[in-house]
Amino acid sequence: MPVLTMRLLRFPSRFALVLMVLGAALFWLPASVLAASATPTDDEVNAVASQLYCPVCENVPLDVCGTQACSQWRAIIRQKLQAGWSASRIHAFFAEQYGARVLASPPFAGASVLFWLVPLALLSAGVLVLVRVLRKPAPAAPDLAVPVSAAHAARLERELDDWR
Amino acid sequence: MTGAEAPLVSAPAAGLGRRWQLLAWLLLAALLAVVGAKLVQVSRGPATSGAAPLFTLVDFDGAQHALQAYRGKVVVVNFWASWCAPCAAEAADLEQAWQAYRERGVVFLGVDYVDTEPEARAFITLWQQTYPNGPDRGTVIAQAFRIRGVPETYIIDQRGQLQAPIIGPTNLAQLRAVLDRLLAQP
Repeated sequence: MPVLTMRLLRFPSRFALVLMVLGAALFWLPASVLAASATPTDDEVNAVASQLYCPVCENVPLDVCGTQACSQWRAIIRQKLQAGWSASRIHAFFAEQYGARVLASPPFAGASVLFWLVPLALLSAGVLVLVRVLRKPAPAAPDLAVPVSAAHAARLERELDDWR
Repeated sequence: MTGAEAPLVSAPAAGLGRRWQLLAWLLLAALLAVVGAKLVQVSRGPATSGAAPLFTLVDFDGAQHALQAYRGKVVVVNFWASWCAPCAAEAADLEQAWQAYRERGVVFLGVDYVDTEPEARAFITLWQQTYPNGPDRGTVIAQAFRIRGVPETYIIDQRGQLQAPIIGPTNLAQLRAVLDRLLAQP
């Protein structure tokens, strides 16, 4: 057992103090530093890649794309993750380098706003139409009463009395 | 009489409905116009004639190359990528053409399309390309030329007009034929 550890064990209060300092250091160490030290797994790389699209094939997400270009991009993602970059920062980097069209979700800016607003507008319009249709009062029953004059009414009563 | 009163009561609601309907139709027409314009843009294919789209390429060494600055010269714009096998097939011929025509004022620009920098630099080193090459940041240049893939080569004459694009890998003989014709023009 190393000499330093032996000395620390002889003084439990000092040992506890050292443990506390080490624990605090680990707790306060930025997450990026911890992340930077670990090698990203394939799952972590693919999680980021799944939100990007192959630059050279039509509608193929980067995580399932087999081209060399996609392989190079996934290597870049791995490097960036290892450097402690967040997924959103990596996506922003790819959008800047290769254009917003590589993003699975178009940004809420410029002409891409239409991709978000049009479905929302259509859905709202549909709900509005539905509400108006449901709230519309049922058409009133047609008035089938035949206007009868007082003379006719009196005659009707008289004949009914006779019949009874 | 009930029938006569009903239209008077429902008249304002009917007017509001017409306004909403008009607005809905206008919005739908605007949406169709936007989608139609985008479809036309996409289906136009590569730029083949007319004035070449203006662009500025920042090469891998940081130097800027504005197409406008090369007016009066013949410019060869080649789109390539390190992951593209046909690009490797034409790389030596492009360098050879550059060496043959650089003294006659022809400018060669390599536009690296959706590539990663380490692999792109390795490609340039492997094929010993000495003319300026740079990344197409945001694919702005590729979109301006409406390229369909790589490799594609666009030759721009001294007046800034596009010549017929070369879709797919090019070679020295093909480049010579176009460049000699353009350089022979008064």
